[in-house]
Amino acid sequence: MSETITAMPSTNTGAPGIQQLSMQQALNLALDEVLAENPKSLIFGEDCGRLGGVFRITDGLQAKHGEDRVFDTPLAESGILGMSVGLAMAGFHPIPEVQFDGFAYPAINQIICQIARMNYRSRGTVPMPITLRVPSFGGIRAPEHHGESLEALFAHVPGLKVVSPSNPHDAYHLLKYAATRPDPVIFMEPKSRYWQKGAVDTTSDDGRPTGARVAREGRHLTLVAWGAMVSRCLQVAELAAEDGIDVEVLDLRWLKPIDAEALARSVGKTRRAVVVHEAPLTSGLGAEVAQLITQQCFDTLKAPVERVTGFDVPYPSGDLEDEYIPNIDRILFGIQRVLEYRRG
Amino acid sequence: MTTKPTLAAVDDAAPLTHHQLRELYTLMAVVRHLDTSAVAWQRQGIIPGYAPELGQEAAQVGSGYAVDRSRDFVFPTYRELGVARAMELDMVGYMSTHKATWHGGMYNPMESRFAPIQAVVAGSVLHAVGWAHGQTLSCPDGETGVAMTYFGDGASSQGDVHEAMNFAAVMKAPVVFFIQNNGWAISVPTERQVAGGSVAARAAGYGIPAVQVDGNDVVAVYEATRSAFAHCRNGNGPVVIEAMTYRRGPHSTADDPGRYRTLEEERLDAGEDPLARFKQRLLSDGVADEAFFAEAQRQAEEEVETIRAGIQDLGPRPGAEMFGLVFQEPTPALQSQATAWREESEHV
Repeated sequence: MSETITAMPSTNTGAPGIQQLSMQQALNLALDEVLAENPKSLIFGEDCGRLGGVFRITDGLQAKHGEDRVFDTPLAESGILGMSVGLAMAGFHPIPEVQFDGFAYPAINQIICQIARMNYRSRGTVPMPITLRVPSFGGIRAPEHHGESLEALFAHVPGLKVVSPSNPHDAYHLLKYAATRPDPVIFMEPKSRYWQKGAVDTTSDDGRPTGARVAREGRHLTLVAWGAMVSRCLQVAELAAEDGIDVEVLDLRWLKPIDAEALARSVGKTRRAVVVHEAPLTSGLGAEVAQLITQQCFDTLKAPVERVTGFDVPYPSGDLEDEYIPNIDRILFGIQRVLEYRRG
Repeated sequence: MTTKPTLAAVDDAAPLTHHQLRELYTLMAVVRHLDTSAVAWQRQGIIPGYAPELGQEAAQVGSGYAVDRSRDFVFPTYRELGVARAMELDMVGYMSTHKATWHGGMYNPMESRFAPIQAVVAGSVLHAVGWAHGQTLSCPDGETGVAMTYFGDGASSQGDVHEAMNFAAVMKAPVVFFIQNNGWAISVPTERQVAGGSVAARAAGYGIPAVQVDGNDVVAVYEATRSAFAHCRNGNGPVVIEAMTYRRGPHSTADDPGRYRTLEEERLDAGEDPLARFKQRLLSDGVADEAFFAEAQRQAEEEVETIRAGIQDLGPRPGAEMFGLVFQEPTPALQSQATAWREESEHV
């Protein structure tokens, strides 16, 4: 695991290569550059050609790079992912999109039984350089199946790698990196963050963003999060600071492989941790993170690792979404439980 | 109002030479002998399981023989022994999947142009479409490589087959959908499996030309496949071939066909044995004599004996491969698991 990247531009400094972009724009820019740099890269899915995708992530790319490079498919997710396997076998780097996270379910057979296994099945002779973009998580009051947290499901599958950016800068660099890898990467885009702007330094040396990122330094406790939950944890950290609690926020970024060293470094320092995720509690990725922390930091931990998560219920409709997604109060309660823990 | 899609005219339909006809027979003979031997090997404990293809030699050899291994690519299931042999695969590598040595087999799919053996029925049908579309993108002006995907009447019930045919037709992808309708999806007969009369009948709904061919006639299968390849290669989009054949034995060595059909039904439904039928044809046409058939049988036995020895020589794979072949770029967690496994299993 490479080093944890702690530095990232937080404001527009006016320096060359730094732009204020929304995550949607940052992803669009990354895809534009990937298409330009690798003639074997292909973008396809439902409505990602002429329309530019329902979230406009592929906006303008077909007009610029042609209908062979960016194209609409029939409306069938298994078809999109199954076709990706064959295109990868033919020497291409497919960057398919499923329109919403819940629509990855109809393609799960192709993702798990085929994409994840072909390298193994073929003894490494048929690699699967596929970057599957999945608009992920909730927070936009969308209909059923338009907001799901599939990270534990994907991360549990041998043969898949999983990543989720939390800000425009990381979105740009992580997508560019994922799209050059020889293994399948599930790229989970936090759709509630698509329109949030941030500084993107395209010239920074983040060319191999393989590990976690310390989003905020702190001394008393580590909040571990990814995707849309990172910005919420940063808000929580600001509020906690008013009470004199110095919270560190670790943006995991890669959900497989998880940067265990970064967890050990951060929690080794703060000695307390709370994992925050939108996905249901039971068998969620928070359990994996908690175990990695426990294993590495057991001697120094001052309290059991806490989890603040979604509940073991189907992702609720918009009216209940704010009750389901970890909110500031629930995260603060999680922090409180850890800080007030007493042995015996 | 739609018109029935038709195959484009083929301009290279030269009849098979006597040499080629004899070659087809030789292939069928070795496939028959290897197939029946594999069942025996399972009974003898040499391999743990096998999916026989008795009765499908003509469908498999005839179609596989039409593949141009310099540019085409085949996407098999787990029952394409005859196609593999016709494409001159390393048969020990092929059989190693039945020896439980390695899922997908030990041959090199990219070099052999034969995708890894596939246990999910219809799993690779979409892969063929993607690969074929890749040929369209790679050589938009020239004659393309063709993907041929195999599946059965049972697999045709899978939704992926619909998606694949629809995608292929929309994209005019050079794909041959080769269905071996062997009458049975394990215990369920075709009439309880396939609505609409036949798999081939479905093709019209996608605007794909389809042919139903006597799958027990190796020459008819070869010619149908050759026509389909020419059609695809010339930029006319996909073709469906449904080879009507019969699975004479069990679905697998764990199957008991006596629970769903009688031996008398099997005898009546199976029709004429494709190997015996081709032999009679070659004899009556003066293409081959009894000495040729005796020699073909001798060669088959010799080859199968070599394959048996090769399979028996296959040792277990080194455990490190379990970890080393998951990714092109292994994860730290996987590497540490490999280290722990090695320490705990090999005490190093």
